[in-house]
Amino acid sequence: MSATVELWLLMLACGAATYLWRGLGVLLSGRLNPQGALFEWVYCVAYALIAGLITLIIVVPSGPLAQTGLTERLLACAAALIAYRLTRGNMLVGLLSGVIFFMAAIFVRGLIH
Amino acid sequence: MISRAFRTGVSEAFGVPAAVLGAGFIGYGSLVADAGYSIWLTMAATLAIWALPGQLVLLEMHAADAAMAATVLAVSLSAVRFLPMTLTLMPLLREDGRRRPLWQLLLTAQMISMTTWAVNMRRFNDLDAKDRWQYFLGFSAVCMATALVFGLIGQLLVGAVPPLVRHGLALLTPLYFFVTLVGEAQTRSAITALGCGAATALVLHAIAPDWSLLGAGLIGGTAAWLLQSKHVRNS
Repeated sequence: MSATVELWLLMLACGAATYLWRGLGVLLSGRLNPQGALFEWVYCVAYALIAGLITLIIVVPSGPLAQTGLTERLLACAAALIAYRLTRGNMLVGLLSGVIFFMAAIFVRGLIH
Repeated sequence: MISRAFRTGVSEAFGVPAAVLGAGFIGYGSLVADAGYSIWLTMAATLAIWALPGQLVLLEMHAADAAMAATVLAVSLSAVRFLPMTLTLMPLLREDGRRRPLWQLLLTAQMISMTTWAVNMRRFNDLDAKDRWQYFLGFSAVCMATALVFGLIGQLLVGAVPPLVRHGLALLTPLYFFVTLVGEAQTRSAITALGCGAATALVLHAIAPDWSLLGAGLIGGTAAWLLQSKHVRNS
């Protein structure tokens, strides 16, 4: 099997492995009442899982962010949230503030040029 | 027929959600280009997997020559979140009471991602139940198209993005989810669950890193659920 064919098969298998959870969710969702206690539990699990994922990406990242400092990343989150609140929910201003602060901080600290 | 709700979804996706996704996928495209994938494979992967963390796991493990089964397992584990996400989004989408064939539901589930889920869950609080399905389709279609186009741009532009900007772009996506979730959490359950999930993830990361994500969901989520006085009263 050529490397290209193998890579395509691998990619499709990864797609199927990801879809498994969405498909399972569809099949089970018909029995879930949005006003019920079980729905409320799944809702809490979903938000907790995503909060965990984002926390780990920010606190212990892999990839390019791993070369930056935890302090800069946390302060950038704070800057974004503060700017977002001050502008009464302007996401663009919030995100730009966070990212610009972050780039300035890692540049000043000499982490990235 | 294009409904008004579909157009609302399209127009609300253009803007911050599309910009953030675009930036994230420029980063993805440049990583893929470094790995030497064809543009067709990259675009097909975006449509087939449609989850940036999973796509990055595939990329890393393939570059490291990991076994095929191990790669598929790792990608699947990174996608477990789609079960509770689909379980919570689908009933809200279907609250309009219209009966749809199963294949439509299954196909629509493929469009669920962090961005489409987080924005739609919040938006559904004030969106009429009858408009949700079309809104979601319009919103998600723009998100997927944006990801395809900007992944391609990132792949073609590789090397043209200075390191400082690349790092800024890398932070943009987690920052967007952070502000979306923390800044716009509207229900008390969501706020409690976010706090419990973050705390559990950090504790588990120190003692059992392999289980930190799953544990954050199950332990943190259950703790948040138990903390809701509503259920204590009802049960």
